[in-house]
Amino acid sequence: MAMLQVNDIHSYYGHIHALKGISLTVDKGEIVTLIGANGAGKTTTLKTISGTMHPRHGAITLDGEHIEGLPPHAIVMRGIGQSPEGRKIFGALTVQENLEMGAYARTDKPAIARDLDFVFTLFPRLAERKFQLGGTLSGGEQQMLAMGRALMTHPRVLMLDEPSMGLAPVLVEAIFETIQKLNQEGTTILLIEQNAAKALQVAKRGYVIETGQIVLQDTAENLRKSELVRKAYLGEM
Amino acid sequence: MKATSNADLWLAVKIGLIGGIVVVAIALEGMIQAFSPRDIVGGVITMGQTLLLVTLLATAYIAVSRGESHQPMRALVNGAAAGVVVNCLLVVLIWLGAFLPLGAMFLNATPQLYDLLTLGLGPLTGTLFLLIAGLVVGAIAALIYLLPPQVRRAVLIALTTVLLMGVLQDLVTVTLSNFDAFTPITKFLYAQNGLSIAGALTILIAVGVASYLWSQKSAQVQARIDRLPPTRQRALRWTSILISIAILLLLPKILGLYLSEVLDNVGLYLLMGLGLNIVVGFAGLLDLGYVAFFAIGAYTVGVLTSPELGRAIITDSWWLALPFAVIVAVLAGVLLGIPVLRMRGDYLAIVTLGFGEIIRILVGSDFLRHWLGGSQGVLLIAKPEVGPIKIINPPEFYYLFLGGCLLVIFISMRVKNSRLGRAWMAMREDEDVAQAMGIELVATKLMAFGLGASFGGLSGAIFASKLGSVYPHSFNFLVSVNVLSLIIIGGMGSIPGVIVGALALVGLPELLREFAEFRYLFYGAALVVMMLTRPEGLVPEARRRIELEEFREEGGESPPGADAPVLKPAGQP
Repeated sequence: MAMLQVNDIHSYYGHIHALKGISLTVDKGEIVTLIGANGAGKTTTLKTISGTMHPRHGAITLDGEHIEGLPPHAIVMRGIGQSPEGRKIFGALTVQENLEMGAYARTDKPAIARDLDFVFTLFPRLAERKFQLGGTLSGGEQQMLAMGRALMTHPRVLMLDEPSMGLAPVLVEAIFETIQKLNQEGTTILLIEQNAAKALQVAKRGYVIETGQIVLQDTAENLRKSELVRKAYLGEM
Repeated sequence: MKATSNADLWLAVKIGLIGGIVVVAIALEGMIQAFSPRDIVGGVITMGQTLLLVTLLATAYIAVSRGESHQPMRALVNGAAAGVVVNCLLVVLIWLGAFLPLGAMFLNATPQLYDLLTLGLGPLTGTLFLLIAGLVVGAIAALIYLLPPQVRRAVLIALTTVLLMGVLQDLVTVTLSNFDAFTPITKFLYAQNGLSIAGALTILIAVGVASYLWSQKSAQVQARIDRLPPTRQRALRWTSILISIAILLLLPKILGLYLSEVLDNVGLYLLMGLGLNIVVGFAGLLDLGYVAFFAIGAYTVGVLTSPELGRAIITDSWWLALPFAVIVAVLAGVLLGIPVLRMRGDYLAIVTLGFGEIIRILVGSDFLRHWLGGSQGVLLIAKPEVGPIKIINPPEFYYLFLGGCLLVIFISMRVKNSRLGRAWMAMREDEDVAQAMGIELVATKLMAFGLGASFGGLSGAIFASKLGSVYPHSFNFLVSVNVLSLIIIGGMGSIPGVIVGALALVGLPELLREFAEFRYLFYGAALVVMMLTRPEGLVPEARRRIELEEFREEGGESPPGADAPVLKPAGQP
């Protein structure tokens, strides 16, 4: 039984039919990637799962429990954490306060302290900059902070929206290494990416989304070889 | 080198021109005539002359401080140049006035004004005098600028104090006259009209020396306090808190009736300011209709305790009506909150503005006249009683405001550092992400509206009782604007800031009564200058200060680097 199951969801922006029946599953311990071009519906899918948008049709279940239609804070508490597109860290809060804000919905202090330690070991840069305001971090550090903050919600499924966006190649490399490391330590990840090449390297399975529909789904390896992906997303001739 | 010094001179001339335009405007507004009968220092300098002198000094000082080169001679030349330019414009005014009928356009451009400007020396000698005066005063401004920073600070503080003591003569003498012991001091400091020469000199020297010594020693004193063991430090903090409370309790006795009234107004706006600070400062929800909650609190008390509305009286106890005022205000806050939950920024501001107007129009409407008194308002509202004492006069109401303010400050401080306070902070930064962190927006927003409204309701309840009557026109849009301005002036989200803002925005105009119809001109000018020079507010919240400093230094670029400012939580090394 899949951990996160999205079943035929339809989402709208007013009259615009943005998601036309998206279905996907994420199993425990997997990295699953959702790749697609700008405007294909990647972020809309994430917003629908996290509850900031509600689907008009379709079901979303987390470990068998229906979560579609729940308010966002309830979904966070059930275990879906996210690092939003464009990072969106709290610029006027310090690094540590940003991370603590991630644990807002939790009350188990010892566990929160453990997770904070975990984040600081995962990203030593953040530990160095603990008391610096979030807005004064570099792009790469902000991405680390956004991921760390999402981890502080102690998610069962971690959704990352374009973690490589706007970063220098070296940093992209580092971020993907961290994603892999996190996964090896047991975190289930739904990775949304435009950088298909990198995403398919770390993911186990992948979905390709085009204009609100899943057009292809397979293991990452097979996707890398597929004609469509190679032409449209990997830039090969 | 040559190029910069020429550029500096040009800058000085330009700033001088701006200062000159200000001076001419002041003259044509009629301020010089209006303020001439009053002396700052008796027989030496009138208030009108002081106004010109201060403008002149300030202009030259700004001109010198903006310059690139720091050679003393250059600074002197630039200051003198700026001073001469300022007074040149006055000379131009005088000569234009001598040949053209300026009085047809500017009512105040009379021979009397020219006489005042030239000290009665006539146009020719007067011109010479003004130019020399500009030169000398400009050079003095430069000299002040060239002093070592600590001395400069002391000199400026001393001069400002003398100025204030002169301007506030009536208030100070009336206050001091409450105490016989101070009579000789008053006699020494003040002449019939203005400060006495000896008094002015004494204040100048005493304040100057004191502030210089303080600037020398304050760091040492702070270091000594820091070295004390924690128990002693805590004892010291408690002693200072107790002393402050004692002073606060004695204040109306010291200040007398008029200033107690002023303090009551400050307290009223402070209560509202702290309430709006929750909504705008903490939660970041721009509310332009805050006066509504003030009105609701006032009218609830009015309706419950007034026998005037042509029906049986509900209660004659203000204390019994008070909780209802607060509860009704909270309900109104939540009711307003529900429809605007999805709105942000400007849209929210417009809707709340509408809400404020709706409440004002409702309480004044003929339709509800039977219940709310219509445009005649509600009269004979109950006064609070504490045991056998009935609270009636401003000094007695002061204690009510003080109690209310202390309670509200305490609640604000606690809530700011609570879980709810953190949720507001996240929401203020980014609503979407706050949601993604598991913050429940609906409850969090409604808590902000509700708590903010409760403070407004409380202030309204005290206000209604103090006046004994409420009228719809007391609750216009300007009240909301004033409350919002005092938060901005003080520093958004900062509790000490709201206190300072209330003192500055409500207390200051009362003290400026000396300037009669010109006081709002000064007040407006002060607001503009303030926002240009200190956009973060008088006592900004640490977080915002760092943010803005960052912004200024880096021109908006975020600097990756270890030298960025840090904000440590209390108790962290």
